[in-house]
Amino acid sequence: MHPRIKEKIYKWIFTVFAFSSLVFLLGIIIVLFKEGLPIFQKVSFSKFIFGKTWYPTYDPPEFGILPLILASVWVTVGAIFICVPLGVGSALYLHEIAGYKQRAILKPLIELLASIPSVVYGFFGMMILTPFLQNIFNLPTGLTALNASIILGIMATPTVCSLADDALNYVPKAFREASFAVGANRWQTLTKVVIPAAGSGISTAIILGMSRAIGETMTVLMVAGGASAIPKSFFQPVRPMTAAIAAEMGEAPMGGDHYHALFAIALVLFLITFVFNIIAEIISRRYRIKLGLSG
Amino acid sequence: MDKKIKIKAKHVDFFYGKSQALKNINMDIFDCDVTAIIGPSGCGKSTFIRLLNRMHELVPHTNVTGEVLLDGQNIFCCSMDAVEVRKRVGMVFQKPNPFPKSIFDNISYGLKVNGIKDKYFIEEKVERSLRKAALWEEVKDRLYDSALRLSGGQQQRLCIARTLAVESETILFDEPCASLDPISTAKIEELILELKKDYTIVIVTHNMQQAARVSDYTAFFLMGELIEFGKTQEIFTAPKDSKTEAYITGRFG
Repeated sequence: MHPRIKEKIYKWIFTVFAFSSLVFLLGIIIVLFKEGLPIFQKVSFSKFIFGKTWYPTYDPPEFGILPLILASVWVTVGAIFICVPLGVGSALYLHEIAGYKQRAILKPLIELLASIPSVVYGFFGMMILTPFLQNIFNLPTGLTALNASIILGIMATPTVCSLADDALNYVPKAFREASFAVGANRWQTLTKVVIPAAGSGISTAIILGMSRAIGETMTVLMVAGGASAIPKSFFQPVRPMTAAIAAEMGEAPMGGDHYHALFAIALVLFLITFVFNIIAEIISRRYRIKLGLSG
Repeated sequence: MDKKIKIKAKHVDFFYGKSQALKNINMDIFDCDVTAIIGPSGCGKSTFIRLLNRMHELVPHTNVTGEVLLDGQNIFCCSMDAVEVRKRVGMVFQKPNPFPKSIFDNISYGLKVNGIKDKYFIEEKVERSLRKAALWEEVKDRLYDSALRLSGGQQQRLCIARTLAVESETILFDEPCASLDPISTAKIEELILELKKDYTIVIVTHNMQQAARVSDYTAFFLMGELIEFGKTQEIFTAPKDSKTEAYITGRFG
């Protein structure tokens, strides 16, 4: 075969591969809209989002997903309190304090945390964390927003750590040298030059960690408790959006209102993570421009 | 010679891991003179000036033996603090490396990390440093713009001003014009000649004309050894060592 034709064929094959993921994305979006939108003929959009009660199987059913949205927000915010100190802290340790050998062992180990299946995390939460929390806080049940927050926080830690470490490594060595050359010490160099320069990269890491936490399903299904009431404290059982979809999809008759409502929840969830990812992308692009790296 | 010796290197050996980068360097750097260090790539000249303010310590697995005396005190001695050494011996790098901060913040950074809080003093110091670095007229109306918006030559003069602000007595230039155009280079050279009235200057350069133009003394390094050191005029007109002659006449390097 003529080499030029061969080259064209290769080009086409890889173009198809590259665009296939776009096709999947579009397909998912179309399905979400098609299956989710019909619910808004039954309940208004604002009643759906701001309605305080989620009783999809009652007669008449109530489709207010505010408790579910708030549950997702609560466990995600709780997870941030865990994964930001753990993730950013370990990134700073890896970058500043750990030597080459330690780093070569620690970084893959932290990243290994990300490869543990979420059902294993959930299992860990149910079997170890639940009785523990129940005992020390003297709760009627250990399956609470707090439990979900802790487990989600640990799950998001490798994402945050790995991305924050990358952000710190992107800071040009020249900035550090310049800082040392005028007589700054290590701590000053870290807090006044390196962290500000890596700041937006670290924020991106945190946002993507949040995005991971809010979309996580299996774990919250297992440890969050599942009560679809508006959360008032971290010690209550909650039902985040993902858990609601996973738990109820099996029982919802196909094509019914409940079914469409679950798709609408998925749509809301998708839009939230979509916005998170866009924000992360914008910040990281600005950051690369700020540091004089390619855009 | 009755000139005051600012920095004296005595039997300096330097190792990257197991490979030796400098072999028994003995050299005097005189106060308020410009000393140029020339030599082909990899000859150890950058390594040498980096250890004069202990910047080599930022690279892991390096080891230095021998003494470097700054005003008679060994900078590697345990009672000397690297931070203190770097305050007294400033450094300007090959590629201009301003912080991604404003022009003002770039200069005031060195003052702030050294514990100076007086706003008035800092403002005055920033202006004086910029004037000394011949940059004031070009930037006085945009002190709070990002330093990254300056041209390469301006950025390099900003880095010089940043060093001047902390009142270093000695300034090390590590190929300061390597990434600059001829006009910016001329400005930096002019500035070096101006600065040597008050400062001791060591400049590493690949450009032999530059060494001839700006320096009073020249050292020629080859394969980690100091081959020849002497008055610039003598090195360039009547080198004693045949290797020096071969290098400056362009037979290798």
